[in-house]
Amino acid sequence: MTEVSETKLAGIGVRHEFTTASGERVSVLSHRTGRRELAVFSKDDPDACSTVLHLSPDDTRTLSELLGASPVGEAVSAVQRLEGVAIDWIRLRPGSAPAGTTIGAGRLRTRTGCSVVALVRAGETVPAPGPEAALAADDVVVAIGTPDGLRQLRLLLEA
Amino acid sequence: MIPLVAAASGDTALAFIEIGAVALVLSVLARLAGRLGITAIPLYLLAGLAIGEGGVAPLDVSADFIQLAGEIGVLLLLLTLGLEYGGDELRHGLRTGAGPGVIDAVANFTPGLVVGLVLGWAPAVALLLGGVCWVSSSGVVSKVLTDLDRLGNRETPAVLNLLVIEDLAMAVYLPVVGALIVGRGAADTTVTVAIALAAVSVILAVALRWGDHLSQLLAPASDEALLLAVFGLTLLVGGLAQEVQVSAAIGAFLVGLALSGSVQARAAAVVGPLRDLFAATFFLFFSFSVDPSDLVGVLVPAGLLAVLGILGKLLSGWVAARSAGAGTPGRLRAGTVLIARGEFSVVIAALGAATTDGAELGALAAAYVLITAIAGPLAAKLSDRLASRLVRTG
Repeated sequence: MTEVSETKLAGIGVRHEFTTASGERVSVLSHRTGRRELAVFSKDDPDACSTVLHLSPDDTRTLSELLGASPVGEAVSAVQRLEGVAIDWIRLRPGSAPAGTTIGAGRLRTRTGCSVVALVRAGETVPAPGPEAALAADDVVVAIGTPDGLRQLRLLLEA
Repeated sequence: MIPLVAAASGDTALAFIEIGAVALVLSVLARLAGRLGITAIPLYLLAGLAIGEGGVAPLDVSADFIQLAGEIGVLLLLLTLGLEYGGDELRHGLRTGAGPGVIDAVANFTPGLVVGLVLGWAPAVALLLGGVCWVSSSGVVSKVLTDLDRLGNRETPAVLNLLVIEDLAMAVYLPVVGALIVGRGAADTTVTVAIALAAVSVILAVALRWGDHLSQLLAPASDEALLLAVFGLTLLVGGLAQEVQVSAAIGAFLVGLALSGSVQARAAAVVGPLRDLFAATFFLFFSFSVDPSDLVGVLVPAGLLAVLGILGKLLSGWVAARSAGAGTPGRLRAGTVLIARGEFSVVIAALGAATTDGAELGALAAAYVLITAIAGPLAAKLSDRLASRLVRTG
C-alpha cells in the first residue's frame, strides 16, 4: 500500500496525505465533526491545494463506495491477493431451482468446494450466512473457492 | 405568592424593545460579516460604539442587563477558547511549536508593552496592552483557513500550533496580569500572583493528566444535563477564581482546558449557541463603555501598533511555516492569516477596565482589534498574489 502520512490539526481534526503513483499529492482531512475534505495539491505551489472537495458523511460514504472501499469490496481485494482463490457474485434468477430453498439444502460446499461468504438482498448484505439461510429470487450469492468450483456453483445456482 | 409573569411595567417593556432591537441589529451584522468573510467581532464593536455614551443612538434602560450578560459572555467565550484544544493537542503543540511560539510572543508582545510605557501608563496596564497586541484571534484564523480552503496546506498545522501555544501562554499570562492589576502592595501582589499561578498549575496538571476522568464523569449526561453542568461548572469555577483574586475569565478558560475527548466536542457543540448570544453582548458592552471621543485620541498609537502587529505576525508566520518546510508563498499565507486579533485582545483589555488608564486601554484595544480583524482576512486573501509578485521580483 502507498505510504500515508498523518498530521494532527489542532482544534480541527486529522489530515492524511499520500502521493499517487502518477505523482499527485492528495490529502484527506477528517474534521472532528465528521465532515471530510479531499484536497489535491497544486502543481504551481507544492504547499497549497488547488482542488478541494467538501464532503458530508453521506458524500464520504458514496465516494468511498465508488472507489471500491465497501466492506464487500475490501473482502474481494483481500481474497484476490490469495493465489488460486477466486470470488464470484451470482444472481439467482426468478424461477431458478435453488430460489426458495436454503444454502444447506443444495449441499453447495460439498458439491463444489465453494463457501458462500455473503448474501446481498435488496442492497443489504447478510455476512457469513449459515446452512439454514434461505435463498430467494434476486438474491446475490457471494462465494469464494477455486475458479473451477465457482464455475460448477454458477451452473448449480442458475439451473 | 410571587407573580412569575408580572404584567410588564413600562420599564420592562422598554427594556424588551431595546434588547430585542439590539439583538436584531447584531444578527444583521453577523450576516454581513459572513458575507464579507470576516468575523462579526469588529462590527459588534462598532455597534457598541454607536449605542454607547456619546454614540449616535445611546441606550440607557438595558445597560445593566447588557453588562451582566456581557460578563457571562466573557466566561463562555473563554470556556470555548479553552475547549478548542484537548490535552493531546496541547502536548503536541508544545513539542513542535515552542520555537516559533517564543518568536511570536517576543515580536508581538514587545511593541504593545513599549507603547504602553511610552504613553505613561502604569506598568501593569502596559503589560495588558502587550497582551492585547500579542494574541491572534483563533476564531478569525480558523474561519479564514476554512473559507479560503487552506486546511490542507503545508503551513496550516504550523499556524494552528502557534494558536495552541498562544492559548497555553494565555493560561499563564492571564492570571499573572490579573493578579498584577488587583495587587496593591508588592507583598500583596506577590501573594496573588503566587495563588494565581498555583491555581493554574493545579488545573493544567489535572487537565493534562486526569482530564479524562472529569470528562468520563460528564460523558453519560444528556445534552441538556451536559449544558447545565458545563455552564454551572464554568460560572462556579469562575466565581471561585474571582474570590481568590484570579479573574473569573481565567477560571472559565481552565474549565475549558480541563475537558477533553468526546465530552469536549459535545460541550463545545451545546455551549456554542449560548456563547454566541452572550459573547456578542460582551463585545457590544465592551465598546459600549468606550467613549468615541477617546477613540480619536488613540488613533495614532493604534495605527502604529497595528502596523507593528502586522509585521510581527508576518515574522512569526514566516518562521513557523519555514519550520514546517513551506516555501515563500506558504510563509506569507501563514503570516497574513495570523494578523487578525479578536476575542482574547478584547478580554485582556477588559481586565484593565477598572484601572485609571483603563478607558484609554479600552479605546486603544477597540481600535487595534477593528483594524487588524478587518485587515487580516483581506491580507490573507491577497497573500498569494503578493507572493507571486515577490517571487518574480526577488
